[in-house]
Amino acid sequence: MTDPIQDQPLQVAGHRFASRLLVGTGKYRDFDEASAAIQASGAEVVTFAVRRTNLGQEAGAPNLLDVVPPERFTLLPNTAGCYTAKDAVRTCKLARELLDGHTLVKLEVLGDDATLYPNVVETLKAAEELIKDGFDVMVYTSDDPIVAKELERLGCCAVMPLGSLIGSGHGIQNPHNLRLIIEQAEVPVLVDAGIGTASDAAMAMELGCDGVLMNSAIAHARQPVLMAAAMKQAVEAGRAAFLAGRMPRRQSAEPSSPFAGRING
Amino acid sequence: MQILLNGEARTLEAEATVSDLIAALDLTGRRIAVEVNEEIVPRSQHAQQGLADGDRVEIVHAIGGG
Repeated sequence: MTDPIQDQPLQVAGHRFASRLLVGTGKYRDFDEASAAIQASGAEVVTFAVRRTNLGQEAGAPNLLDVVPPERFTLLPNTAGCYTAKDAVRTCKLARELLDGHTLVKLEVLGDDATLYPNVVETLKAAEELIKDGFDVMVYTSDDPIVAKELERLGCCAVMPLGSLIGSGHGIQNPHNLRLIIEQAEVPVLVDAGIGTASDAAMAMELGCDGVLMNSAIAHARQPVLMAAAMKQAVEAGRAAFLAGRMPRRQSAEPSSPFAGRING
Repeated sequence: MQILLNGEARTLEAEATVSDLIAALDLTGRRIAVEVNEEIVPRSQHAQQGLADGDRVEIVHAIGGG
């Protein structure tokens, strides 16, 4: 039987991905757990952070890039922890050097420690500068459709609104805004941040998102590897449901079995 | 001379290059990126790039994050 799911790959800045689930590498107990979870998620795009090297660590200590080798994954360095456009741009340049000229980055510029809400003013500034410098920018932003469109206009290759606050697991708080962003977008829209469990990921995909990026929902599950597998299925199921087109909602019941031929008729 | 390395003061021999610093830190061959005074120093330039007193040097690597 042919597979009923005839989908196009997710295309971002010339890359093509069969998987629409993108995952982070933070908060795992150790590299073995991270590796097993990433494997189970089926993700092809893996995001990581850039930080000062611990000086004095013994040579030969495991390195994240041994766990997610650039030959096997599309690496997505992020600017997590940056609060200004300037720091975000510096971080992206360091990442490009780290990965020998790699240009695909996840831009996030945060507003404050309590909410980690995106500072869209600094984000817009950084996006413009990075794009001018040749970076392919996947951008974390608020669920404001006007800002999303402006980031697209500047040349971002993907717009990634939050579902809810980073690490909160509150799911998708404003599906109506997400729908507005999706309907107007001409670049991929991915929900980045806020996913708590599999149904949140499925909901994002059913709304018509092109993909979902998550970290905590997998890493902080009681069994991260099992949750990674669940998220893979949720993203696939949500995508298939979106492509299939849901039935219309009705105000009243409608039986699934025919009325005709009932024995009490 | 004294430089600021990843935010901390460090004393180096005069005329040290970026390569010398990386070797002294036992980081030769590791996946790192180097910035001096907020400018990237490409890997290919590490051996030539001399350091000067007061330079602010950042050495970074990839870590887990989302």
